Amino acid sequence: MSDPILSVKDMRVTFPVRRGQRFPWSPPRRLNAVNGVGFDLMPGRVLGIVGESGCGKSTLIRAVAGLGPHDSGTVTLDGQPIDYARRTDLQRLRRRMQMIFQDPMASLNPRMTIREIVAEPLVYFCPELNSRQRRHKVIEMLDRVGIAERNMNRFPHEFSGGQCQRIGIARALIARPQILLCDEPVSALDVSIQAQVINLLKELQAEMGLTLIFVAHDLGVVRHISDDILVMYMGGMMEMAPAGELVANPRHPYTQALLSAVPVPDPRVKQQPQILTGDLPSPMDLPQGCLFQSRCPKRIDACATVRPDLTDRQGRLVACLLEDETV
Amino acid sequence: MSLLSVENLQIRFRTGDGLVHAVNDVSFDIAEGQKLALVGESGSGKSQIALAIMGLLAKNAEVAGKVRFDGRDLLSLPASQLNALRAAQIALIFQDPMSSLNPYMTIERQLGEVVELHEGASRAEARKRALEVMEAVRIPDARNRLRAYPHEFSGGMRQRIVIAMALICRPRLILADEPTTALDVTVQAQIMALLDEIQRDLGTAVLLITHDLGVVAGFCDDTMVLYGGRVMEAAPTPAIFDAPGHPYTRGLLRAVPRITDGDVTLSAIPGSPPNQTAAPRACPFAPRCVDAIPACHEMLPDFREGRACIRPVEELT
Repeated sequence: MSDPILSVKDMRVTFPVRRGQRFPWSPPRRLNAVNGVGFDLMPGRVLGIVGESGCGKSTLIRAVAGLGPHDSGTVTLDGQPIDYARRTDLQRLRRRMQMIFQDPMASLNPRMTIREIVAEPLVYFCPELNSRQRRHKVIEMLDRVGIAERNMNRFPHEFSGGQCQRIGIARALIARPQILLCDEPVSALDVSIQAQVINLLKELQAEMGLTLIFVAHDLGVVRHISDDILVMYMGGMMEMAPAGELVANPRHPYTQALLSAVPVPDPRVKQQPQILTGDLPSPMDLPQGCLFQSRCPKRIDACATVRPDLTDRQGRLVACLLEDETV
Repeated sequence: MSLLSVENLQIRFRTGDGLVHAVNDVSFDIAEGQKLALVGESGSGKSQIALAIMGLLAKNAEVAGKVRFDGRDLLSLPASQLNALRAAQIALIFQDPMSSLNPYMTIERQLGEVVELHEGASRAEARKRALEVMEAVRIPDARNRLRAYPHEFSGGMRQRIVIAMALICRPRLILADEPTTALDVTVQAQIMALLDEIQRDLGTAVLLITHDLGVVAGFCDDTMVLYGGRVMEAAPTPAIFDAPGHPYTRGLLRAVPRITDGDVTLSAIPGSPPNQTAAPRACPFAPRCVDAIPACHEMLPDFREGRACIRPVEELT
């Protein structure tokens, strides 16, 4: 077994909230966005992170990429911890790790041609290249993602959403990073275009041996691309397991509810979605016990007081008290 | 007799880039109590059809064709008569629940206003009806939340309020334009279950507009697939899923990632959505179609036997 390429331990992110403060001078309340998430990522693997809006999945990977703050937690890249305050560490990180974003248009500079956009990482990461070599690499990369050379002096607004996402992928991969973080990369795209982009990502992942973190709210999409799936709820980890096992046999009540709610495109399947009742807890004032207790259909008394740890259950990690008792 | 009958609807927009042909020659009927789905990707014209039925199209739109509701042509009706029908007979649910509620009005006023306006109800009567309908969409602690403002509710609760507002006058037809697209899956399941139950109880006809084939499969009797502003295929929902008769429908169904199947390559539809600034002369899907023959690029296919494709079903891949 090789060593993990990326290891995240006990990440915590909170944001100050000024609203609802008693006095202007009282300390701001904290919104708990990510509550102790950690995982090890082996080289060449694809980790999918799913959860509903506000569960902290994007905040988590933005913190890992150094694009957002975190309160505590460590990120280790190739066995060496990253100090996000140090410029050299960030440079090392960005050389190895790149990101693609949800809104393909908004993540490209509207005043740069796509040739300039895609060439920019080379200027920083491969300064030894001259402009002819750079141009050659840009053409090659754009061709790989399906953008013709004749279009490379155009501006982002001249491309469709799917094409802009391809350009974003080209920019992220041109300097050959080992890790690619994808933050909801296809949720803004139509179904037929979405499939094109997912297939492209899968091909590139296999060709370049990329390690991928794929964040999305659509379980079908995540299932398709991931080796392992991590399920988050209210900033905490509920379950982590190999993708096939998680979908076939979800162990955490939240994962079960989430899977049962995914609409099946088949009219003969009479779906019985588990309808969750109860409200989400306030991220400003998290409950003492399990994060999911207020909506959990299988709640027991102990759930209100004990926050379950993520424990290993036959190769999969589940954070549920019930699982502890039945196994 | 059908409740709503749309005949040869054509919607064009005058824009800086020329005339955009958003909806071309679309016809369909909805009977009392029927649930019809309009499925299509962005730009397919599905939302514009709902707006045309309600008379809410943008000012630069040109509409042709007929939209008959209960025998009356809605497109030629003056605004005053159209207002009498809106909400009372036909209600529209929008995608984004926040922007369809007035942030300055309490929920009670927003709901009550509808019955005061359409049925001449008193304030007290309006409050009673608002409470009833809030309970019907299962807003917890409805009595105490009548005075709350939209921002005090979560996204799912707001969409329930929008549904409550659509239901308060017991309309005969509800147009639901992507009612769950802005919501999480667990909340989506709640809202679709609620719509289904209400539809059964009241016998309201529903036109569900969506891009999500999963939502359609669980809810609608019949499905119509749109592409480039044109009807590609229309059939009972099980037939659409079991034996799709149009290459676009087939491609769309294959492109949906399902949680049940494993690590297979999705079959994407190659190419990009059509440019609709030129008057349609050929099948809009032909440039992306795997089954296209030269004739597909030269003539408009007729809509026959539930599909608009010149190639026989047996020859499709």
